[in-house]
Amino acid sequence: MKILRNIAAAALLALAAPATAQAAGGDIAFPPQIWSFSGPFGTFDRASAQRGFQVYSEVCAACHAMKHAYYRDLKGIGLNEKEIEAIAAAVMVPTIGDDGSATERKGIPSDRFRSPYANERAARAAFNGAYPPDLSVMIKARPGGADQMYALLTGYADPPAGMTVGDGMYYNKYFAGHQIAMAPPLADGRVTYADGTRASVEQMARDVTVFLSYIAEPEMETRKRLGVKVVLFLIFLTGLTYATKRKVWSDVH
Amino acid sequence: MAGLHKSEFENPVIRWIDSRLPVFTMMQKEYGVFPTPRNFNYLWNFGALAMINLVIMIATGIFLAMNYTPHATMAFDSVERIMRDVNYGWLLRYVHANGASMFFIVVYIHIFRGLYYGSYKTPRELLWILGVVILLLMMATAFMGYVLPWGQMSYWGATVITNLFSAFPIVGESIVTWLWGGFSVDNPTLNRFFSLHYLMPFVLVGVVFLHIAALHITGSNNPLGIDVKGPQDTLPFHPYYTIKDSVGICVYLLVFAMFVFFAPNYLGHPDNYIPANPLVTPAHIVPEWYFLPFYAILRSVPDKLGGVLLMFASIGVLAVLPWLDTSPVRSARFRPVYRILFWVLAVACVVLGICGGKPAEGIWVVLSRIATAYYFLHFLVILPILGKFERTLPLPESISRAVLPTGGGGPLPGGAAAKPMEKA
Repeated sequence: MKILRNIAAAALLALAAPATAQAAGGDIAFPPQIWSFSGPFGTFDRASAQRGFQVYSEVCAACHAMKHAYYRDLKGIGLNEKEIEAIAAAVMVPTIGDDGSATERKGIPSDRFRSPYANERAARAAFNGAYPPDLSVMIKARPGGADQMYALLTGYADPPAGMTVGDGMYYNKYFAGHQIAMAPPLADGRVTYADGTRASVEQMARDVTVFLSYIAEPEMETRKRLGVKVVLFLIFLTGLTYATKRKVWSDVH
Repeated sequence: MAGLHKSEFENPVIRWIDSRLPVFTMMQKEYGVFPTPRNFNYLWNFGALAMINLVIMIATGIFLAMNYTPHATMAFDSVERIMRDVNYGWLLRYVHANGASMFFIVVYIHIFRGLYYGSYKTPRELLWILGVVILLLMMATAFMGYVLPWGQMSYWGATVITNLFSAFPIVGESIVTWLWGGFSVDNPTLNRFFSLHYLMPFVLVGVVFLHIAALHITGSNNPLGIDVKGPQDTLPFHPYYTIKDSVGICVYLLVFAMFVFFAPNYLGHPDNYIPANPLVTPAHIVPEWYFLPFYAILRSVPDKLGGVLLMFASIGVLAVLPWLDTSPVRSARFRPVYRILFWVLAVACVVLGICGGKPAEGIWVVLSRIATAYYFLHFLVILPILGKFERTLPLPESISRAVLPTGGGGPLPGGAAAKPMEKA
């Protein structure tokens, strides 16, 4: 049995291998945060996500696209249909008019979030060749997930003595290579929260991370709720099946 | 002789069909009363689990294909659309993506079970070889499926793996161009990979059918590795093994559900949520976890062609295993030395898997070389010699003598299938 246990331990190690391989990406550890949406019963903190949407709208959206998300997705962070219609209507989206010429119309909830630039090349031209990446699945696209996003947004600092930061680049403790083209996006009081929450850098970073986590996985709450039911059912079915097996086999054992 | 099949079914509709096309008689013979060794342990679940897994993959894959767009500019977006806009699209995709991992977990355990109990030995050599063909088809299918979301790892994984063929002298470069349908991995590559990814599973179904047909000729091996001597050694497949397999299926679905619902991206790589970009190479290009041992073998050789050949040889050696293992005793239970070496091999494979996920430098290169060396030493040198010198333990006279307290003298359980379950 001891050898079996060793093998099991080795197999577990092997399972963990992909995760560690990813972490090897830049050898930067991201301080773990407590998120309401982690764990099998996790849900998104609606108030925090709504504040995060405000940070996204007033800060991130100036440069970053989020093209896979729709305005109607905001329902999932607790906004009602009237509010979503108003948010969408405040945006002009490109369309083609009856005469065939390019024009714009008011947005509706089924529109995707409008990108700040017409295309990637236009964005690069405006940002010294760097492209502000699309934020739709950003949380899933980084090994540290939400922890990494929060660390990055709060990780700006003065470069350590002896390090020269390139022209138009900024020092960040949590970015691979420690030089990032994105200027520090947050500063205390950068936005004014309607609910009176103090808009510290940490608070805004946390809120926008919650919002982007929702945007990356809008199905997460449904998925976990369904998962709990499926697992409970399967545990019950396993018990039932095993009892039946015992009964069927009782005449040959 | 022509004429209707003499059907034993009483239901008139079934009888009518069965006398013209005896599929019911066949099912009854192969899955109803089929004599199956009475001493299977739960490791014998894994063939059935692999079958279930294949069905799940095809079922989810068909529906994913209805919503997926195999075009370099639209593939990534169409996958994201499946995740967000298609009803339960996230479930389909997560089941399919994690199903690939589950398939390899199940099949690897199935293979190691065969290695431990000597299931590859005569008369089951062809059955085993068909299994190796299934493994190869699975690997090709999984590799091409991973390319379809057209993320960074899709693109660069495809580039690295297809480039392996360039190692072959003279024809190498032409083969790679031919595989790509151009001069780099691009839209034509994605298109053909999608086509083949849809085709291969059905080829797989065909080979699985042959695998099972061959199994039903020789009959199953068993934990004792000795032949079935008579009806006292067997039980009808139904209900004994249908219910035992059902227990395994439930546990398997539980593990599967844990991944799908609570850690759907744990086994994936985050870089694959970044759209493919031919101008940016990821810091570490790593294949999916189930290819890591082979990737480690590939990288353990300093020469590219040598690495490629060794990687293919690592599977090729399995195909000739029935003739490399010279011991007449099948089960490791009666082979004290082989039993230890089996675990050494298993550890070597796990070490290879870990090394494959690490950058090819320092200690990881040394470890993967040692493990690769043992892998080939095990099959090519140790097994042929061991069979000649190992002192095996005495084999039991029969399965029933070994596992039944009465020594097999009791009533024959052959008619147990028809017996109502009144016994508590």
